[in-house]
Amino acid sequence: MTAEIVLQIFRFGFLLLLWLFIFAAFRVVRADLFGGRAGRVASVPPRAAAAGKKKARGGPKTLVVTAGPLTGTKITLSDQPILIGRADDSTLVLTDDFASSRHARLTNRGGQWYVEDLGSTNGTYLDQQRVQGPLLVAPGQPIRIGQTALELRS
Amino acid sequence: MTSGPTTDPRAAAAGTATVPKRRGTELALLGFAVLITLVAQAIVDLTVTGSLTTELATFGLWFTALWAVAHLVVRRWAPYADPLLLPAVALLIGLGLSFIHRLDLAAQQAGSTVSREDAPVQLVWATLGLVLFVGVLLVLRDHRLLSRFAYTLALIGLVLLAIPAVLPASLSEVNGAKIWIRVAGFSIQPGEFAKICLTVFFAAYLVDKRDVLALASRRVIGLELPRGRDLGPVLVAWGLSILVLVFERDLGSSLLLFGIFVVMLYVATERASWLVIGLGLFAGGALIAYQLFGHVQQRVDSWLDPFEYYDGSGFQVAQALFGLGTGGLFGAGLGGGRPDQVPVAKSDFIAAAVGEELGLFGLVAVIIVYLVLVERGLRTSLIVRDAFGKLLAAGLSFAIAWQVFVVLGGVTGLLPLTGLTTPFLAYGGSSLVANFVLVALLVRISDAARRPAAPTGPPKPALGDAPTEVVQT
Repeated sequence: MTAEIVLQIFRFGFLLLLWLFIFAAFRVVRADLFGGRAGRVASVPPRAAAAGKKKARGGPKTLVVTAGPLTGTKITLSDQPILIGRADDSTLVLTDDFASSRHARLTNRGGQWYVEDLGSTNGTYLDQQRVQGPLLVAPGQPIRIGQTALELRS
Repeated sequence: MTSGPTTDPRAAAAGTATVPKRRGTELALLGFAVLITLVAQAIVDLTVTGSLTTELATFGLWFTALWAVAHLVVRRWAPYADPLLLPAVALLIGLGLSFIHRLDLAAQQAGSTVSREDAPVQLVWATLGLVLFVGVLLVLRDHRLLSRFAYTLALIGLVLLAIPAVLPASLSEVNGAKIWIRVAGFSIQPGEFAKICLTVFFAAYLVDKRDVLALASRRVIGLELPRGRDLGPVLVAWGLSILVLVFERDLGSSLLLFGIFVVMLYVATERASWLVIGLGLFAGGALIAYQLFGHVQQRVDSWLDPFEYYDGSGFQVAQALFGLGTGGLFGAGLGGGRPDQVPVAKSDFIAAAVGEELGLFGLVAVIIVYLVLVERGLRTSLIVRDAFGKLLAAGLSFAIAWQVFVVLGGVTGLLPLTGLTTPFLAYGGSSLVANFVLVALLVRISDAARRPAAPTGPPKPALGDAPTEVVQT
């Protein structure tokens, strides 16, 4: 039979190995939670990235749904435009009977966010004003689409 | 759950090529899992027999090849799939094989007359499971196709469930549970496959009906109760699981099916009242079953006090508890305990063997690996965009979690014993093969979830004609 000391090494070594696997798996989970954004910043052109850094201090960081069936949903803002509508490939997929498939779009230009209506049937409202052309959205200003209300938060 | 809010920043990056596929991570972790398995087998051999056998090399090559194939297939046909699903499964199956091998050795040493080695058989089952895994990934390129066959699958699931009940006991009964089909030396547990078929059906059905189920309601004492007619499906599911219980004496499958359905109903409608109704129905059903069936009473008695029934029905649980106690925090070491003292340690009570030889730390590690698997499934459910995929991923992940909970609860004395298998870990061909199919579905959905959307650009002129299929590369 194998020596006692070797058995003890096996006993604790194997447990260590198991937990190392779990540690490795958790690192992947962590990278998925926090690492995604880092990869994106690196992929934008340097100038935009620099501008992005500058505005990141004061500009809005999340889009929050404040009313309607999706209340509480948050979307982290990046430089990508945000498509809102019932279509499956929208960034924010609405299940609102009053929303169109491609209802509205939020675009980032130089750190400011603009809302545009994409020819929806029932319209998009910024505060009480119906959105015709691109309008500048201030943080906290409600955007209404059907029964859904959204706002930017910093 | 409402459809489609993608909170994942990467999912928002429509059309960018920067979404990491993370196949390298998967390969590294798969290698790690295979390594752990081989180390476990080597330790078992060294500790029990004192020498390494050539079988270890054969096993190592076969096992490595298995996961190499799985990885290559995923790399080719589901490149954006979640990187943790496969390694977690590989580790669980590897550990399971090591423990089955260990129990084989124990049986040989005890000079058992039935010295059939189960580990090689399980490896063959794993290979068959992998073939099905590959098959599912190759044939099913878009998980949404499944929803078209929802009612067919429901029928298949029901037939699978019903077959053992209809067959004569000589063909379907093992140890008092009528849940098998035994043909020509093979025994299949069709319930394992029925589980997947019915989960797919539940998902498709609930996507259709969830608005009705979620919106029409009356408010009674702070709970939003659904209308009477909407209770239909949940009552049918309940009746079905009771029938399974009555005709097949299978507490486990009945609990599993009903649990899956209630949780999916809750996920689809976001209404806690379904959980309350489900629990109520379950409690009622359990009470009736307890009154009517002797074997249920027996299970409950031996759960409440296994040591009082030590010479009879409580023997298994009592032995498992002794095993866990012997294991303590760090376990007796692989090959150092006597896990063969527990009856059917290879299948139902493999968790007791893990607890005895790897201790609390080892058993918790195994549970965390399950947790990782389930977490990745639920995460897939959160980020996938279509409602059917969301419900299916949530249902399948919950099925794994629920099974692990019920089995481990049974082994550790938290719950009465049921006849469920520990997914991937336990000896049992049907369970292993079916769970491979389940993981293939999760891999397929997670591939769709993490795949960047095809570039959309400006809205197309004809929205109605816009393609709804994911473009395959």
